[in-house]
Amino acid sequence: MIKRLSLSCLLLGASFTTSAGLLGLPPVPVPVDNPQTPEKIALGKRLFNDARFSADGKVSCATCHQQAKAFTDGLPVSKGFNDLTGTRNAPTVINAAYMRSLFWDGREPDLEGQSMQPPVNPVEGGLPDHGPQLRVIRGDPEYVRAFKRVFGVEAGQIAMEHVAKAIASFERTILAGDSPFDRYFYGADQTAMTAEQVQGLKLFVGKGRCVSCHRIEQTQALFTDNRFHNIGIGFKKIRGKEQEIAAAYLQSKHRGANVDVTVLTKQDMSELGRFAVTENVTQVGAFKTPTLRNIAETGPYMHDGSLETLEDVIDFYNNGGRVKENDPLSGFLSGGIRPLDLSDREKQQLVAFLKALTSHQLEQLTQR
Amino acid sequence: MNGYSRRDFVKSGGALLALSSLPLSMVELAFGKGDAQRFTFAYISDSHITQIKGREFVRNWDRGLIRAVTEANLLDPRPDFFFYGGDIAQLGKRAEIDHGLDILSALRGQTHYVIGEHDYYLDLGDYWRKQLGPDHYSFDHKGVHFVVLNSILTYDHWTHDRWGSGEERMQQMARLDNPQGSPFMVGEAQRKWLQQDLSKVSRDTPLVVFSHSPLQKIYKGWNFWTDDAEQVQALLEPFAKVTVLYGHVHQIQTNQIGNISFHAAMATAWPWPYPATYRQQASYLPKLTVNMNRADPFFERDATGWQFIDLHSGLANVHYTLPGNRNRVVAFDEKLGHPADLRYRLAANREPSQTHY
Repeated sequence: MIKRLSLSCLLLGASFTTSAGLLGLPPVPVPVDNPQTPEKIALGKRLFNDARFSADGKVSCATCHQQAKAFTDGLPVSKGFNDLTGTRNAPTVINAAYMRSLFWDGREPDLEGQSMQPPVNPVEGGLPDHGPQLRVIRGDPEYVRAFKRVFGVEAGQIAMEHVAKAIASFERTILAGDSPFDRYFYGADQTAMTAEQVQGLKLFVGKGRCVSCHRIEQTQALFTDNRFHNIGIGFKKIRGKEQEIAAAYLQSKHRGANVDVTVLTKQDMSELGRFAVTENVTQVGAFKTPTLRNIAETGPYMHDGSLETLEDVIDFYNNGGRVKENDPLSGFLSGGIRPLDLSDREKQQLVAFLKALTSHQLEQLTQR
Repeated sequence: MNGYSRRDFVKSGGALLALSSLPLSMVELAFGKGDAQRFTFAYISDSHITQIKGREFVRNWDRGLIRAVTEANLLDPRPDFFFYGGDIAQLGKRAEIDHGLDILSALRGQTHYVIGEHDYYLDLGDYWRKQLGPDHYSFDHKGVHFVVLNSILTYDHWTHDRWGSGEERMQQMARLDNPQGSPFMVGEAQRKWLQQDLSKVSRDTPLVVFSHSPLQKIYKGWNFWTDDAEQVQALLEPFAKVTVLYGHVHQIQTNQIGNISFHAAMATAWPWPYPATYRQQASYLPKLTVNMNRADPFFERDATGWQFIDLHSGLANVHYTLPGNRNRVVAFDEKLGHPADLRYRLAANREPSQTHY
């Protein structure tokens, strides 16, 4: 069992961070018990890309988090072994290091916990348990050498704790900052964004109300509030059946059903969002605010990948949390979601601004 | 693997189980008559539906009520009924009452209504009563006697002789710190009715009394006040277990006076600050109150919410359901002899924001 500290505790402690050194980003929080080392990061990168940790030997972390696609897969919902599909869109790994909870519903508190789930999920890695994964690692001389060097453990002692720590260390290096927006906003480079993007930024923090959740601070911008909101996505799938679905979900959970498995295999229960984790009725259909870093490269969008383009996303928000202006609204809708009355020109400006959040050095950063 | 996951739910959730996790471990005393059962009901209040013009209403208040209704419909086990604590409308208009009742009609179950001053002072409650029936009444449910009072009446001369129109009267009563204002009261006629009503009820029957204004005196400037509160309390005094639930104050308040436990409801519309923090004047905020915390004043539903009541042995545990915030439970503590906040009763457990509002 892994002993872990939650990131929020660490942020309070604030003494174990590594500098990102990128304009617009705060220092990366690093758990006390999992310091960054070059060897560990390299090991994590290899594990991240190893497809043997799946039932058909074809699915690795990188299958759904492809570097070439800004660490997503370009699909509405991800494909696991044997092309099985889950219920949710693969979120980018970019700046996941800063997230205070992982997965769309925040069901894992940190990266170490997150990476352990997919290999054993029945629609992702499809392994019955972590046994096969550990057998592969323990039987691979290169891994054995690396784990010995990094964690000081012999082959037989290699545990999921070590695997998770190494992968998390690698993920903590996948950072995006110093984008045109950062150079304009934090670097005082007036030429870094186009006039249209500058207008888009004004809308982003003003009429568009985007910044309420996708936060920009005085010295840094993670474009998330680390909170959970019902913005109306997925509501149609469970409309009018919320009570039955919630009750059935709780019954199954209290009988011992695994949350990770349930939410990725049951379409309707997936739409319960944060409620599935906390059982709090105020969080039905609420999902975590994702970062907007490199957002132009991470479509399709939303937790179910139901919106294809950034234009679709802006239209959705402009309609107050619905695809079409006259669609019904979810009763659980967050109060901050409301019609925005944006003109076509303003919508274009917002999309232009979102494209200023792409950090082109990402590739170079991850080539280490 | 399973053990690992379950631990994480506790860790990452950290929140409150609103559903199917009533604190059944609490001591259940036998009822006087031995025939009362444990049950729950939901309690929504103070939506202040505000008409802009025609079919256009203030969106934020609409969404607050819609959200409470939608959430309350999820309760499992199902509540036996719903209570609405008053102030459906902002200025007592028919359109506002109609629109509010339209939203409330989505509640899956019977709803009992309490009248608030915002429902009343335009037409002295005519339209409200036409839609919902009498503004004071009583009924029995599973061994508990429920009483609903209209506590927002005031002096006849203020009501009838002072204002040029119902609109003007409504506007005056809607103002805080209004030097032209007038204190709320239950009034003599209704107190007589209450006395008669209670004369048929045995003293060991648990009572739950609903009013819009607090049946206790807290701060007169905002009518967190009922002028004849002591006289009403005296009528409730002979009963072994009495719970008074009220709206109007848009905040968590907790009190115990003799045998009577008091609990206030959150609004679905907006929160009021605690009088002393805003007015910098003395108020009689009960000591048992642990202030609502406001994690994020930029969150439009912050410090609003609704509650459900878990009634066992005639004693009420009030579960405050607070969007974007930590849910709260104020439960009757047998040892202390009064209601206490399960998480925050001890000052050491409180969050810094709870000392500000």
